[in-house]
Amino acid sequence: MEFFQRFAIPHPSPAIYASMVAIALVSIGIVVGLTYFKKWGYLWREWLTTVDHKKIGIMYLLSALLMLFRGGADAIMMRAQLATPEAKLLDAQHYNEIFTTHGVVMILFMAMPFIFAFMNLIVPLQIGARDVAFPRLNALSFWLFFVGAMLFNISFVIGGSPDAGWTSYFPLAGNDFSTSVGTNYYMLAIQISGIGSLMTGINFCTTILKMRAPGMTLMKMPMFTWSAFIANVIVVFAFPVLTVALIMGTADRLFGANFFTTSNGGMDMLWANFFWVWGHPEVYILILPAFGLYSEIISTFSGRNLYGYKSMVWSMVLISLLSFLVWTHHFFTMGQGALTNSIFSITTMAIAVPTGVKIFNWLFTMWKGKIRFTTPMLYSVGFIPLFTIGGVTGVMLAMSAADYQYHNTMFLVAHFHNTIIPGVVFAMLAGLTYYWPKFFGFMLNEKIGKTTFWFIAVGFVLAFFPMYITGLDGQARRMYTYSESTGFGPLNMLSFFGGALMAIAFLLIVYNIWYSFKNSPRDIGSDPWDARSLEWATHTPVPEYNFARLPQISSSQAFWDSKKNGHVLFKGEIEDIHMPNNSGVPFVMSCIFFVAGFSFVFALWVPAVIALIGVFVCMTLRSFEQDHGYHIHAKEVKETEAKYGEVLNNEDRSRATSRV
Amino acid sequence: MMALVLILSGCEPLLVLDPKGPQAERQASDIMLSIGIMSFIVIVVMVILAVILFKYRASKLPDDYEPPHIEGNHIVEAICVGIPVLIVAYLSFVSVQSNYIVESAPVGYEEQEPLVVYASSSDWKWHFSYPEQGIETVNYLYVPTDRPLEFKLYSYGPITSFWIPQLGGQKYAMADMVTTLHLAADEPGEMMGRNANFSGKGFAENAFNVTAMSQADFDEWVQEVHETAEPLTESEFQELLEPGHLGQMTFTGTHLEFSPAPEHNHDSETTETEADHSEHSSHDESETNEETDHSGH
Repeated sequence: MEFFQRFAIPHPSPAIYASMVAIALVSIGIVVGLTYFKKWGYLWREWLTTVDHKKIGIMYLLSALLMLFRGGADAIMMRAQLATPEAKLLDAQHYNEIFTTHGVVMILFMAMPFIFAFMNLIVPLQIGARDVAFPRLNALSFWLFFVGAMLFNISFVIGGSPDAGWTSYFPLAGNDFSTSVGTNYYMLAIQISGIGSLMTGINFCTTILKMRAPGMTLMKMPMFTWSAFIANVIVVFAFPVLTVALIMGTADRLFGANFFTTSNGGMDMLWANFFWVWGHPEVYILILPAFGLYSEIISTFSGRNLYGYKSMVWSMVLISLLSFLVWTHHFFTMGQGALTNSIFSITTMAIAVPTGVKIFNWLFTMWKGKIRFTTPMLYSVGFIPLFTIGGVTGVMLAMSAADYQYHNTMFLVAHFHNTIIPGVVFAMLAGLTYYWPKFFGFMLNEKIGKTTFWFIAVGFVLAFFPMYITGLDGQARRMYTYSESTGFGPLNMLSFFGGALMAIAFLLIVYNIWYSFKNSPRDIGSDPWDARSLEWATHTPVPEYNFARLPQISSSQAFWDSKKNGHVLFKGEIEDIHMPNNSGVPFVMSCIFFVAGFSFVFALWVPAVIALIGVFVCMTLRSFEQDHGYHIHAKEVKETEAKYGEVLNNEDRSRATSRV
Repeated sequence: MMALVLILSGCEPLLVLDPKGPQAERQASDIMLSIGIMSFIVIVVMVILAVILFKYRASKLPDDYEPPHIEGNHIVEAICVGIPVLIVAYLSFVSVQSNYIVESAPVGYEEQEPLVVYASSSDWKWHFSYPEQGIETVNYLYVPTDRPLEFKLYSYGPITSFWIPQLGGQKYAMADMVTTLHLAADEPGEMMGRNANFSGKGFAENAFNVTAMSQADFDEWVQEVHETAEPLTESEFQELLEPGHLGQMTFTGTHLEFSPAPEHNHDSETTETEADHSEHSSHDESETNEETDHSGH
């Protein structure tokens, strides 16, 4: 019996049983549907084995949206529980599991795949490449992320969710205080998807450094590519720290090691240090590509080149360096003394300077422009004041003496949501709307899009600004309840109301996709927004080979200059195009990783060892494999180009007009 | 938002902005200063944004208007860097100064011998040991006014954070080291104190009452405890450490005698904390002596 007890949920509730049934029904529905419509082959050929960066990008995008709903559902449950004093909706254990999974899901399984989605979709197009440097590794990265996310998501129906906070500070996260397998899930799911992230980082650094189109020097790269490059450099330096920390944490939990558990000389502060040495750069991994998206969008809809291109680049380089020098501000209150706190206080505040430069550059990009208020632009314009507030409250938190009062309170919760939501989530939704036509061939409905923006912006302000006040009034974060006498009630109710508005906004996003799929016109040309950078220089939707002929670059807004100043982008004849082969190995190997992860969570050593051997077998097979890819012949390319109705050449550019 | 904070703090003071001691006062004044400067920045950005959005919206501009190509301007960019640098430099200066103030004996109390209280947390309670007085309380704290307070913080379980908002900001209590928090209360009254760092299931209720009173009242209370309370035995203390919630309790004697604080366990500290601790090591020894003196009570 003891064997099976580990799989039982430690704190079952009707909501969890309902979710179980829902998961089972949806899974059966998918299997039956795929079989009925005979789509298994299509699924395998077109998606599960694909190495095409665009399809991988779309899969990242869908996973991110899916996880947005998972994390959003968690958020709504938390706000509902806190809306009134002494509420009984959730008990302490359930609440703890929910805020832990909300944090992990939103950062690692929603925001990360969202930015990877945009990197995959856009970077190769912006640099005029046919794919990423290592297409098969890219597929493996995605599938590792995906199985990591799935492993994490099944935790609440098999064995119990992690409950030690998304930071999982030891010794709370050790076996003594977190007795369910929840934290094992945390360690292994993040480990598996983290390996995928690290490989993505290496892949994109290589892609951006080695695969740029002729003429594209570093200082001619579009801003999103720059931001993706810097973010991936940070990934390469930060993720190994997390990998090591998670290995040590797993050893503590599964093998009785004492790296972080204090009973035998382990150091609980070491975990905090490792976690934030990765965790602080992580927030810049998320925000820099978001800044890149804003740069593209603001420049496009202001009809102007990006103001201060060079200072934008240098500010990102500076932010990336500083991001590694500030981690201690996450535990100013750990007793490291005034000198250490002062140093980290100053380095933290210093980040405000390059960030401020970016804000002013965006403002000056709009200056003397011709601003069109499209949905992506609304998000970008809304981002500026909201993110500024988030930024300045960050400076307030950076003053370590004052941080003794903000630390662990709702003030902090308000601050980081105030940077992440307008900073990252707005950017992702803006990017989603902006790039949707490029990849799906139709535009999202502007009217629903704008309504969504207002719901999400107003909802955000109502949900999070009250927290600044309750924080200063002594409401600690992660409290599952509070008494009436604290007076937190009305403001928390307001937060719940704001959260509900945001939930409506997310439903509107789904409705918009469905509505636009049904009703939007498909004949939108390749450049519906009158944009400026290279990704708009190819057809919509993008053909498999991206560009029939590789572009010749002579400025940082090559496409715009080809439209307005007569730069010639595409020269010469169409030739045979070399493309990578599809492969089922990344998918299979990731599934084996899932089995290994699951077995480790429950300390099932036999399947764990077999699965690990399976992983090595996959790697060994790959090392003996001779795979030279294949060629799309020139004739075939010409036929495909002809099917798009117009063989794009430079004369066509001038008639590309805005449809907004 | 900032204005809202100011308005709300005007009608009913928020705990953090309603200080009852010098450390909290310093922190509150830093907070108000930064709110002021930061509101200015937010307002400037919003005004510039509003003006630009109004002036350069496509619907207001002639159809043939072509936005110019502008690379950037060194003077403008120097201003955009220069002003934030000045603001950050000023705030850094204030912040560093405050760090040293908050980390040392409270201003105005430097001359006095502090009252040392060992505050240790267990799931999900606070144990307060007064070695000088030879008494121990659970989940409530009596402190004298106009005397510096030196809290020695540690934990019997997960990391917790000792926080009395009206006396001063928090600091972590950990299982393998002792951290020191210097506070002082200026006026008598009741205050809220709590663990601010998530520590599991009972975290939300992990709070304690703080009562500040005159030295005379405090001495009277100590006297009363010695007359009425039971001594704290080792087995009883072990029972108290079991996870769960307890009401307020009072004992004579302290658990420090049989379960000392992890003060000399330096091998598990980071180098940064070591420097901080060596300053206090002489202090700690004298306290240990005091403990033995009082053990006879």
